Amino acid sequence: MAFYVVQFLTGLASAASLFLVASGLSIIFGVTRIVNFAHGAFYMIGAYIAFTLTERLSGAFGFWGSIVLAALAVALIGVLVEMVLLRRIYHAPELFQLLATFGLTLMVEDLVVLIWGPDDLVGRRAPGFKGAIDFFGQNIPSYDLFLIALGPVVLGILWLLFQRTRWGVLVRAATQDRDMVAALGVNQKWLFTSVFAVGVFLAALGGALQIPRDAVHHAMDLRIIVEVFVVVVIGGLGSIVGAFVAAVLVSELNAFGILIFPKISIILVFLVMAVVLIVRPWGLFGKPEAPARKTPGLTVNPWRPLTSNERLAALAALIIAATLPLFAGNYLLTVGSEIAIFVIFAVSLHFLMSVGGLASFGHAAYFGLGAYGVAFLAKMAGLPMIVCLLLGPLLGCMGAAVFGFFAVQLSGVYFAMLTLAFAQIVWSIAFQWVSVTGGDNGILGVWPEKWAASPSNFYWLALGVAALVTIALRAMVFSPFGYALRATRDSLLRTEAIGINAKRIQWTAFVIAGTTAGIGGALFAYLKGSVFPDNLGISLSVDALVMVLLGGVETVSGAVIGAIVYKALNIWLVSQTDLSKLVLGGFIMLIVVVFPKGIVGMLEMLAQRRRKSSPPGSPLLAKPIESAE
Amino acid sequence: MSVASPLLAVEGLTKSYGGIHAVRGVSFSLRAGEILALIGPNGAGKSTCFDMLNGQNKPDTGHVRLLGEDITARKPREVWRLGVGRTFQITATFATMTVRENVQVALVSHGKQLFNLFGSAPNFDRGEAGRLLELVGMGGYADRPCGELAYGDLKRLELAVALANEPKLLLMDEPTAGMAPRERVDLMRLTAQIAREKSIGVLFTEHDMDVVFEHADRIIVLNRGTLIAEGTPAEVRGNPQVQAVYLGEGLVYDARHRDGASA
Repeated sequence: MAFYVVQFLTGLASAASLFLVASGLSIIFGVTRIVNFAHGAFYMIGAYIAFTLTERLSGAFGFWGSIVLAALAVALIGVLVEMVLLRRIYHAPELFQLLATFGLTLMVEDLVVLIWGPDDLVGRRAPGFKGAIDFFGQNIPSYDLFLIALGPVVLGILWLLFQRTRWGVLVRAATQDRDMVAALGVNQKWLFTSVFAVGVFLAALGGALQIPRDAVHHAMDLRIIVEVFVVVVIGGLGSIVGAFVAAVLVSELNAFGILIFPKISIILVFLVMAVVLIVRPWGLFGKPEAPARKTPGLTVNPWRPLTSNERLAALAALIIAATLPLFAGNYLLTVGSEIAIFVIFAVSLHFLMSVGGLASFGHAAYFGLGAYGVAFLAKMAGLPMIVCLLLGPLLGCMGAAVFGFFAVQLSGVYFAMLTLAFAQIVWSIAFQWVSVTGGDNGILGVWPEKWAASPSNFYWLALGVAALVTIALRAMVFSPFGYALRATRDSLLRTEAIGINAKRIQWTAFVIAGTTAGIGGALFAYLKGSVFPDNLGISLSVDALVMVLLGGVETVSGAVIGAIVYKALNIWLVSQTDLSKLVLGGFIMLIVVVFPKGIVGMLEMLAQRRRKSSPPGSPLLAKPIESAE
Repeated sequence: MSVASPLLAVEGLTKSYGGIHAVRGVSFSLRAGEILALIGPNGAGKSTCFDMLNGQNKPDTGHVRLLGEDITARKPREVWRLGVGRTFQITATFATMTVRENVQVALVSHGKQLFNLFGSAPNFDRGEAGRLLELVGMGGYADRPCGELAYGDLKRLELAVALANEPKLLLMDEPTAGMAPRERVDLMRLTAQIAREKSIGVLFTEHDMDVVFEHADRIIVLNRGTLIAEGTPAEVRGNPQVQAVYLGEGLVYDARHRDGASA
């Protein structure tokens, strides 16, 4: 019995940091409508700075002072980020905001390693809370008791702040109707900046308070952000009480989940989240939100199928690509195969995100499931390659069917957060369930059979499949189903009013996209000869998003071009620098702020302008986002 | 389906939001080919009433019957399948698709081809889409992006979309709101003509009294959630209670009433 009580208290202690970070995210979202992906990064910087300060400043005052000072310093960084980056994208579609703040996260991950090194840092114990308290033979660290008390205290302070101060009243008003608050003469710029600073302060405080409990390391940002997303989805975005209750719930589920499913405890959290989403899609304490923005992109010109000339050009490009083995060496052919596989991956996400308006932040889950599917079939069942390639993607299909069912109940940022959380759950299973997946060591020795083993043969295989998949998905865009899918993207109200079951259409699209991604993953397993948890990791999901975005989120063929350019650049970049995340993150922010239409979108616009022969001088480059709505 | 069942029969619809009774015991009926206007001052409960007719909103009590069949608990998409088209006060169209594609989506749905993955949508019922657009005078705009249309044209497009499933009943929520006077007359004349030709029942809400009195066969008047009058345009025009509501006495009464309540 005592053991369970201790387990319960451990859960409560973990909830404190989670609540701090989640409430910060919620407050920022409430006012600015930005889901700050970089929140985990601020949490991490908070921990790192607090680590450095606590090492320098001695004594009890030095320790606690360092914690607060670290949070304040990070809040200042937050102010800078808000003024330089976010102010440019408040009116951009939410997908762009998520991506820009994700780019920031990537940069921070590399910067942190540059400054503090790649090793785990173990911080000081908190003065006055070094020991443990004996509870019927079980030890409870006294620092945990401090954290348990801290959670409700912070909740109380926030409540007072919002109910009793002028600033709090403004924040609550802006959460309900920010246009109205602006119309009443409130300086919105500084309100947003201050709200962002408070939110970031809370995240950094959460990070700083973790150092006596946990080692500081450079992957803690993604771990916390996924948990935080789960917390706000359960609790309801914008609700602080919701964040508190859900943080406790999730932490307790984790604490006791370990006892029930030691290997895959995260399943329990997933089940609870699924139930909450079915009963209250907007979270336990959230309010249902009217769909605000409709399209994933900016302004979309009606799409049309390729003309016969364009078809010939595409065919010619394919034939030229097929001649690569005649003059390229093995390395180049392997790169070519990888690019072809990523074209498959990108067009699959494009189908969901551009055609269906559902920006998945966890699309790699289905890519990776396809890869694992192949590995299981080839290694455990010993099936021939052709059979594996045909059946392997079915694992991606099944994953997409299960997760997609829940995900399409939501839209916009909720959809993005949920798909990310799902992908992270799949990743955890692959990582933790060592007896089946091999865990971090992956599954090795998934080599293609003789007929496909040579680099040129494999390249032709990958290219052929990529061409087929691209043509099939493109045909679907202009099929009756594709029309219905685009219709659900443009107006849910209207689709329901003309007899369309929008959720079922979107679910079908999700399954199609997931299966297609699985085909890419299946080929990828054979290309690499192995499967690792990274094949369904977040960074791969973001690769897919960036490929679509780079090509042009509102074009039909953007994903293909984006995948080729991005993957080629990426492979080259990784061979040139160790700081690829830093460069990549900067690159993402640059596209979002300066270049939101992507390569194909830009080309289409230039072509249109030439046709209309209007004077030069691009308004796009001068005011990229302001013209969005 | 008995011969006696009217096209639409509404019985005792009631809806409250918290303590506010938006709609109280509203009953009326509509025959095929009849054009019925639902009018009333702001806040009378018109939109609430309207949304309950096609499942957009669920009433607390009361029933909605279409040709005798109870459709009260049905979802909007199911009501549409039974032959009820509707237009919205603020137009809801597919902004990134062309005008023709907007109509084709409705035709795809009507033809139950929603899960046809490899057919050619640009050629789907192209002729029928063209006919519908011609019918509402939008034939020349078929290839225009819907997002570029003027507001009045969007309203006409919505009408074409609403007609795509050969409806028995058309629900039009403020069909002429935001339009120029000339456009209003044109749209309602068009609607009336189509309704009579195809024997479609039309229920519309409207603020413009010229439009109402010129085109409605019958008018029902809603005030503070209650039906206060029903009849031909001439009857309703002469009804003292309606005059009071529209000429301001209702407001005086309203204010006195509220004073009394708060005192």
